[in-house]
Amino acid sequence: MFYREAGDFKTSYEADSQTFPIKFDRYRFWAMIAVAYLVIPFIINDYWANAILVPFLIYAIAAIGLNILTGYCGQVSLGTGGFMAVGAYAMYKLMTAFPDVSVVIHVILAGGITAVVGAAFGLPSLRIKGFYLAVATLAAQFFLVWLFNKVAWFYNYSASGQINAPERFVGGVAVIGPNTDAWAKYMICLVFVTVCAIIARNLTRGTMGRKWMAIRDMDIAAEIIGVNPLQAKLSAFAVSSFFIGISGALFFSVYLGAVEVGEAFGIQKSFLVLFMVIIGGLGSIFGSFAGAGFLVLLPVALKVIGVDLLGWPTDIVAHLQLVIIGALIMFFLIKEPHGLAQFWRIAKEKLRLWPFPY
Amino acid sequence: MVAFAWAVQKFVFRHLVGQEPIILFMATIGLAYFLEGMGDLMWGSDIKTLKVGLPQGGSRWIEDMTSGLGGDDFYGFFIDKLDMVATVVAAILVMSLIAFAQYSKQGRAMRAVADDHQAALSVGISLNFIWVLVWSLAGLVALVAGVMWGAKSGVQFSLSLIALKALPVLMLGGFTSIPGAIVGGLIIGVGEKLFEYTIGGMIGGATENWFAYVLALIFLVFRPQGLFGEKIIERV
Repeated sequence: MFYREAGDFKTSYEADSQTFPIKFDRYRFWAMIAVAYLVIPFIINDYWANAILVPFLIYAIAAIGLNILTGYCGQVSLGTGGFMAVGAYAMYKLMTAFPDVSVVIHVILAGGITAVVGAAFGLPSLRIKGFYLAVATLAAQFFLVWLFNKVAWFYNYSASGQINAPERFVGGVAVIGPNTDAWAKYMICLVFVTVCAIIARNLTRGTMGRKWMAIRDMDIAAEIIGVNPLQAKLSAFAVSSFFIGISGALFFSVYLGAVEVGEAFGIQKSFLVLFMVIIGGLGSIFGSFAGAGFLVLLPVALKVIGVDLLGWPTDIVAHLQLVIIGALIMFFLIKEPHGLAQFWRIAKEKLRLWPFPY
Repeated sequence: MVAFAWAVQKFVFRHLVGQEPIILFMATIGLAYFLEGMGDLMWGSDIKTLKVGLPQGGSRWIEDMTSGLGGDDFYGFFIDKLDMVATVVAAILVMSLIAFAQYSKQGRAMRAVADDHQAALSVGISLNFIWVLVWSLAGLVALVAGVMWGAKSGVQFSLSLIALKALPVLMLGGFTSIPGAIVGGLIIGVGEKLFEYTIGGMIGGATENWFAYVLALIFLVFRPQGLFGEKIIERV
């Protein structure tokens, strides 16, 4: 059967708190995981990995991170690019300082370092809110990028000012460096995405997530009913920065390999991730994936359609892309502030009742 | 400009009445992307020079007049004519804006809308009219700023990010206060040059990129409503 459950049939707390209450969803989820882990690694090629899948997975982590901060805790941040840069440079320093330690540990440590930095920049959120805070996080963005550009210690005094990822192995297989196979890049990102998504999902439905949501809905009221705003806001900043740091570390080491901070982690990146979260859906883990997939696929699709099929010049397509993204942002904000995830939710509601909607 | 303001209001912002300010902010970023792309599509993305007949180059007169003030190796102040024109234009613009916001009927209605959309609606202020008005005004001011900037350093579409720096200025001065915007602009403009000159050299230079934001950040922590803003009162 295609879809089921059109009522409340739950008899236990376990059934009530399931992530996918509908059996069909659950099967589909496991099928997707199985395809992602068991099929795609064997058929993936360089083009698919580098153009679509790896950036999609990495941006999905960043979008989950920002979604925790903006969607769940209501603190708008425009510092995502800066925090990704912290993750990337922490990764680089760790990789060059401790070459014998596994890169998996390095990625997690880079996330941890970013969490500390993020919590520090989150401190002003206790005093300033909403729009003011968004501008305050711009300070983090510009300051961090400047810091990594100017302080030579961060890029090991290299002449070009770039950071280059040295070759590293996990279990004898190269995952970082020029000789990495497409499937190895894909797999390491996939593992991190899976773990991050599971952690994020379980954090957001637990005590911590409920505190965040209370703060988001109205922070004074939340304080009155006993949510500690200091703890809730700083933990949201820390957890969010942890994920963003991981994505920055992977973005630098696995995806790009060499990074110049102003180009890779500028203000445009902050806006890009913010758009992913808005288009995907604020306050939804699925939305983070949907938004990341959408904005990674859109330029590729436009390029394929515009340049390859219709034969337009590249610059016109590039400009058209800006127009379309801008128009889509406005369209989503007007029509569906909850993004693609909300469309999905509505579709599911309809499907549950189908074919007898009354 | 008015037609454009009307279009923006009609197609985008009328649908966002009553939303949180941050949603509006994001919508404007989307709008900025849209316009930048459209502009690039229509006129190409290379830098253009703008000639509208504004005076260019240094003013010999001031240089000659002031060179007598110092010793022999003092050659007088070098001031760009364009900068002087810009100063005068800015002063006139600010004065007329203050007068408009404080004393005219529309100005008062505008401030009422800024305070509370719904309350303004319920006392009979036409939100549509005010929004078209506000967008036209903002567009006009931005147009003047754009012409000035374009005459000084060429026209290109990456100008849009420069405008972000207006935000910390606004925060520092406080919303709802036009004098605040001027004082904030002075503090940040002078502050970032002085900082770059005195301390910037020691820590690597190019501090102008972040100084405005960090200053606004530190300042807001101590005074969340800005220098001249009205006190923020929150109710549950």
